[in-house]
Amino acid sequence: MATITRTKSIVELDAATVRFCGDSGDGMQLAGTQLTNTSALAGNDIATFPDFPAEIRAPRGTKAGVSGFQIRFASTEIFTPGDQVDALVAMNPAALVTNLVDLVTGGILIVNKDAFDEKGMAQAGYKNSPLDDGSLDGYQLFPVEMTRLTRLAVEGLGLGLKESDRCRNFYAMGLTFWLYDRSLEPTMRYIDEKFGKMPAVAEANRRALKAGYNYGETTDAMASQFMVSKAELKPGLYRNITGNQALAWGLVAAAQRSGCEIFYGSYPITPASDILHELVRHKNFGVRTFQAEDEIAAVTSALGAAFAGAMGVTASSGPGIALKTEAIGLAVMTELPLLIINVQRGGPSTGLPTKTEQADLLQALFGRNGECPVPIVAASSPADCFNAAFDAWRIAVRYMTPVFILTDGYIANGAEPWNVPEVDNLPQIHVSHPGPKENGETFMPYARDERLARPWALPGTPGLMHRIGGLEKQDITGNVNYEPANHEHMVNLRARKVALVANDIPPQAIDGPTSGKLLVISWGGTYGACATAVRAAQSRGRSVSHVHLRYLNPFPSNLGEIISRFDKVLIPELNRGQLRMVIRAQFLVDAIGLNKIQGKPFAIREVTEKIEEMLK
Amino acid sequence: MSTETALPVLTPGDFASDQEVRWCPGCGDYSILAQMKKVLPTLGVPPEKTVFVSGIGCSSRFPYYVNTYGIHSIHGRAPAIASGVKVARPDLSVWVITGDGDALSIGGNHLMHCIRRNLDINIVLFNNRIYGLTKGQYSPTSVLGQVTKSTPNGVIDNPLHPLSVAIGCEATFVARSIDVNIKHLSMVLKRAAEHVGTSFVEVYQNCNVFNDGAFDYATGRDVKADATLELEHGKPLIFGKNRDKGIRLNGITPEVVELGKGISEDDLLFHDEQAAEPTLAYLLSRMSHPDFPEPIGVYRSIDAPRYEERLSEQIAAAQKRGKGDLQTLFNSGETWRVE
Repeated sequence: MATITRTKSIVELDAATVRFCGDSGDGMQLAGTQLTNTSALAGNDIATFPDFPAEIRAPRGTKAGVSGFQIRFASTEIFTPGDQVDALVAMNPAALVTNLVDLVTGGILIVNKDAFDEKGMAQAGYKNSPLDDGSLDGYQLFPVEMTRLTRLAVEGLGLGLKESDRCRNFYAMGLTFWLYDRSLEPTMRYIDEKFGKMPAVAEANRRALKAGYNYGETTDAMASQFMVSKAELKPGLYRNITGNQALAWGLVAAAQRSGCEIFYGSYPITPASDILHELVRHKNFGVRTFQAEDEIAAVTSALGAAFAGAMGVTASSGPGIALKTEAIGLAVMTELPLLIINVQRGGPSTGLPTKTEQADLLQALFGRNGECPVPIVAASSPADCFNAAFDAWRIAVRYMTPVFILTDGYIANGAEPWNVPEVDNLPQIHVSHPGPKENGETFMPYARDERLARPWALPGTPGLMHRIGGLEKQDITGNVNYEPANHEHMVNLRARKVALVANDIPPQAIDGPTSGKLLVISWGGTYGACATAVRAAQSRGRSVSHVHLRYLNPFPSNLGEIISRFDKVLIPELNRGQLRMVIRAQFLVDAIGLNKIQGKPFAIREVTEKIEEMLK
Repeated sequence: MSTETALPVLTPGDFASDQEVRWCPGCGDYSILAQMKKVLPTLGVPPEKTVFVSGIGCSSRFPYYVNTYGIHSIHGRAPAIASGVKVARPDLSVWVITGDGDALSIGGNHLMHCIRRNLDINIVLFNNRIYGLTKGQYSPTSVLGQVTKSTPNGVIDNPLHPLSVAIGCEATFVARSIDVNIKHLSMVLKRAAEHVGTSFVEVYQNCNVFNDGAFDYATGRDVKADATLELEHGKPLIFGKNRDKGIRLNGITPEVVELGKGISEDDLLFHDEQAAEPTLAYLLSRMSHPDFPEPIGVYRSIDAPRYEERLSEQIAAAQKRGKGDLQTLFNSGETWRVE
């Protein structure tokens, strides 16, 4: 590409938040992903928030069909995709009306002027065009004839109108890339890779991208460009990664470092399906994926595979987890290692399939019949899903237990830079299987080691034949046993075993002073908003510290002591107070909740306001 | 002098577990267990390479009574658990023991999909047409009008025919036998074990407590020859105490005819268990008492690719292009370095 000479002034910024929004067929997710990758390659820290409707294609131009992708890129370390957007690109009136509320006053508003016809405006509920009636005066409005200009740009390539219009997102990207002084190279490479076999389409997208860029460069309307410099990140190799991808890679890495092969039993469900899509690409690692007939078969096949010696994994979201509960109980009873991933979404029932929530914590803790404890590990950010998966498998095999991994739609679909680890620095996960027994020596499948874990005897090993199942087991022999005292003993034993996991996790770290007025406790995907809000409050001199929990069951052994050193405890959660209920019950502390159940992540300012209110 | 080490000879005792068998005295399950223990040593598979998986129900206690690896799992899920075992470890010989309620009611979905995938698993369904473990409610194979604890006025839902279901799911091996017909049962279990692909076997099993005599027509000394028909590949369908009756096709409808009086064996329907299309097997599976003799034996046995085989091929092909390397994966695609 020819070198571009700048003709306009450049304003330097620490960070910028951009949101693309349009119809779900407008390619907004792609536009956002391209800006993300380009910004990551430019050395910014990034955080993203794809937000799409549950309908694949709601009627065109309607509010129900609006799809958005928000990205924040910064020259400093950031933990969230931003509360408000600095620049909003709206491809139609419905997208404008549903997203304008998040644009900062005075923010940049780029709209596709051609979409503001009578029909489009009616679908969005506009009586008059907002482009002319002064209602957008508080913003820097740039109405651009994107449809007409894109069609002009691709003229002569033999594309129909529909195909031409499909290039509009590249036009919008080009314009945005100019605005933030981003290179077109990564997107050009993407076009070559993706559309290489369709030369006309590839060329059309290239032309639309450049046309958008050149529009910014030449039009008098846009006076200046913005620049966000490289962030000071820890030295090392980086890549952009989404939560679901990081989770899948964490599983592959854990399998490699434990000498196991993955069996992934799964049934398609939003927002967990991308884990399956990622894992099927790694058959060269011996990954066996099994798209089961239902959620129950997904977990039971994984449990069968675990019995046979594989790394059994299943993933779903709340409704699917509900169907798996009986089998998770069987995994607890048979004491086999198994990973159960819940990419949480809004509930109950089908709820909000594409929106985020943290309302399945109590389901993971208690959603089974009987006394049925399962360790729970929660990921805090997209890249952190890698470590959560890796660590969960370590616990599962060390304690011979199913382990829950909780993520959510927000971090599963969100992306951030990932400091690529050196494989040699990843810990080994020790897995052992008892060897054959001869001469009629008796094998005791429910004998235990110092962690109360039973042996993982593999079918095929002579002399270790044994039968397990859902009926209560006799201690040591593993035979079916209905004796009252044995049942109580086994129930307590299973609980003790899971409690012992606390000895194998690091003590809880605390961000800030170890005592003070306010302790903020968070878990899962709210890490970014809570950490940012607490650090900002600390820099304002507030007496507030932050504890973010990776382990929800058991808790780190020092958690109670930490809590006792603060006057007040605040627990922000995207639910009605599930962790709060557990913390109150376990530590007898009058924890206060900040609760949001809107299918959306916390804004930093929401946490900030609550912190200030509690410190008054 | 030969340097070969003789293969160990296995006996039924090698497959007997030390657990006390707790079925009701007189239950048909005892006979099936005995035949299984006779057949297992003849298969050339040692106990440690054998896995029995079951769900919930009387029949599902079976794994405790054989000294192999085993899982007594949860209601209806045995085919799914067994699928996981087989996909993860194709080297193991995997059996599913199930009942009419376990397989066809609560676990219908898993049964259907296990069969269509044609995993190399042997499924043995003990059909007693009743719920035994929960003490006498009707099952999906209970006959219309059957009076049970939950149907005092008689069953009003139409029964499923297990073999028709299996054939509809593209089963590659389908057979039926009877608990007390021990020689025949051994033969059928052995054939099922030897079949590569999902084998589906229905065994008529008498529950002498809650549905006693349900299969008297097929087991009674005086009546069984007229009420059942033993299938043999390539042979005409002949039955009856005097082997003087046969099945003839009238268009696409079977009919019972008497041999002699102008009807010879050549006029009868000939059994072909290897027929590519399952039409004949399905037609046989629809023949039921009292209008027809109920066929026992192997209905269908065809060779077809297995799920686990195809998956292993895909994995081998991927690994042939290069075994997975974590660092290569991590560093793939667009990356950047921060100094």
